[in-house]
This record gives sequence, C-alpha cells and structure tokens, in this order.
Amino acid sequence: MLKHALAALIALAPLPAFADATIVMKNFDFSPMAIAIDHGTTVVWKNLDGEPHTVVGLDGAFRSPALDQNDTFKFTFDKPGVYKYLCTIHPKMTGTITVK
Amino acid sequence: MNDQPSRRGALKCLAFGGAGTLFALSGGIVTPVSLAAAAARPGAIAGKPLFLQISDTHIGFNKEANPDVAGTLKQTIDLVNAMKDKPALTLHTGDITHLSKPEEFDTAAQLLSGLKVTELHTTPGEHDVTDAGGVYMQRFGKPSANRGYYSFDSSGVHFIALINVLNFKPGGLGALGDEQIAWLADDLKGRPASQPIVVFAHMPLWTVYEPWGWGTGDADRAFALLRRFGSVTVLNGHIHQIVRKVEGNITFHTARSTAYPQPLAGEGPGPGPLKVDAALLPKMLGITTVGFAPHPADPAQAGATLTDTTIA
Repeated sequence: MLKHALAALIALAPLPAFADATIVMKNFDFSPMAIAIDHGTTVVWKNLDGEPHTVVGLDGAFRSPALDQNDTFKFTFDKPGVYKYLCTIHPKMTGTITVK
Repeated sequence: MNDQPSRRGALKCLAFGGAGTLFALSGGIVTPVSLAAAAARPGAIAGKPLFLQISDTHIGFNKEANPDVAGTLKQTIDLVNAMKDKPALTLHTGDITHLSKPEEFDTAAQLLSGLKVTELHTTPGEHDVTDAGGVYMQRFGKPSANRGYYSFDSSGVHFIALINVLNFKPGGLGALGDEQIAWLADDLKGRPASQPIVVFAHMPLWTVYEPWGWGTGDADRAFALLRRFGSVTVLNGHIHQIVRKVEGNITFHTARSTAYPQPLAGEGPGPGPLKVDAALLPKMLGITTVGFAPHPADPAQAGATLTDTTIA
C-alpha cells in the first residue's frame, strides 16, 4: 500500500533532476564538442555567433531550424547510443553526444 | 579556325568594384563587366550583356555588418534597372534568404520582382535549405522537379544549375552526389563542344579554401564531363567576394554578395559577416554581368565577358 502510494507520488513528481547539458556554438565550433550524458537528459544548444548555425543529427534523430544569434534548440535523448551531429551551414562544425 | 580552347575560354574581369557582375559573351569569351562602368559608359561592354548574376542577398540578416539588406538589394536592383542595355535574364546563385524562413522568401520574391530583367533562375545556398530544402523547393523547385539541378538554353548558351549545398558530410566540402553527376552526363551527351556552357551553383566548384569548406568535394567529376567544351563559365557565390581562376577553357568566378562582405580566406575564426565602415560597405557589394560575343579569331565561337559592378 505504502509502496503504491510512493510510486504514485513519484509518478506525479516532476521529472527527475537530470542536469540539462548545454552546448554553445561559438567561433564556428560546438563547445564542448563531445559530451557524455545519462539517457533522459535534455541537451540545449545555444548559438553565440553572429552567423546562424544548425544542429543536425547524422542519423536523422534530431534537426534544428537555423539558429540565429542567441537562439536555442533542445533535444531530449531517451535512448542510449552515440549521436554524431553537424551544422549544415558549416559542416566543419561537428559534435558527438554519448548517451549512457 | 582557332581550336585553342584556352583562348576561346579566357575570362577577363574588367572591373572589381561592384554591385554585381554582368556577363557578356564577347569574342567567344565570357567577360564580367562592372555594372557601374557599364552604366556610366554604355559602349564599354562589347555587345549586350546576356545575363546578370546576383548572389547572397541574405534577406533576413539584420546584424551590424548590414542592418538593411533589403535596402542594399533595392540599390542593386535600381542599378540593374538603370542599365541601358539590360541583360535577358538573371541568375541568383543562392543564399536568397538568411534563415530559410517563408517570410524571408516572401520579402526576397517581392524585392526581386522589381527587377526589369524579369527572367529569374535560381540555385539555393545552404542558408536557403536549413529545413532540408522544403520551403525553397516549394518556391523554386519547379524547373528541377524538386531536385535542385536543371538546365536551359538562352541565346545559344547552355545554362546548367547545380546544387551543392545538400547532404554535407561532417568536416566536408559541398557535394554534388552520384545522381546529379549522372544527370549532368546525360544533359551534356551529344552537345556540340562549340556551344558555350554556363554552370552556376552556390558554393565554389573549385577549392578556394578547404578549412572553411569553400569548395565542392566531387566537382572534379563534373569537370571531367565539361572539359571538352570550348567555353565553360562557372559561377558561384557563397564567399561574398570576387575570386577568379582560369584553367584551360574553364573560367571560374565567384560573385559579391548584395548583403555583406566576408573576410579573406583564413582571416579570423570563420566565414562570418565582416563589419566594415558604412562608407565602404556599398563598395563591397555588387553584381556580375556576363555577355557573349564572337571570338575575334573565330566568329563562330562565342566567348564570355564578365564584369563586376559595385552598388556605389
């Protein structure tokens, strides 16, 4: 009984406090370029350059619109795996998210 | 009969000042003509320019490098409309918009409709296809059946629009891809080598600066098909400055932007907008005009003459 009540309480509670990870786009680089996170983590990308950038997963899992300066894009990684991505405007810019 | 393709295909840039580049096929040679010079001296262009190249209008950009890109595009259009001998058509070599937004395409279309040179052919830049090309193809996909590449003929010149801004590989240059190259081979099959060819795409079709991705990785496969032609003019935008190269019978030329300049290759962290003094800006924006005229040594051959013109 108590166990069920506790389960219900957990279900109603806000999502567990996995720290969101932030990646910035600055001087034509993703920083940090590679991160490792727990599954369920939301990654936030923020473009600090005056030039727009995009965040596009190579396997098609996620795709941002063009992000102008100070625009952000969020994606929650629910499944473990290694996700490589790039900026389709500047394909020299690449990054990797490893989801545990 | 002069069969030396290198002579027929030579390119002369008459001016590097301006708003755009005007191309005239002159003496079998495509020549860019400064629009300002063309407007000031009507006799300066050998023959009427055949077409006009506008590039990198970046409608939607609003940063300090140029807070009014619509205004500088309007100035560019005014410059073209004031030309005594107007070219027959306009090529837009991409980055029509800055962020691929429908409202940016609307504004660009509205502004470009003010051109008195009404026939417009486009190829997209990477800024136009950040949504993988959906909005661009809705607006401009018809001539290419939504593939992005197509060809047409005008005044005896064969024009080929290529797309090299989709399917980037990480760390890579622009790419054409197998399908497009197969299409190009088919498009050129049986075409006489004496027909002048104009190829236009957004990113340079030769490697201008690899660390910034200023090139197209598989362009050599396209040039293997184009090399047999006596006059090939290759026009690009993307780098917001004029760079040219002549290689045998192939002339490569990049146009200025109408929006903002970019740094010289390798200067600074990356190829972003370059802020310059307000008085200097219009001298770094412009168009290219191109005309074709009979080659002096072989009137049957047409050569292109390219002219670059700034908006001030």
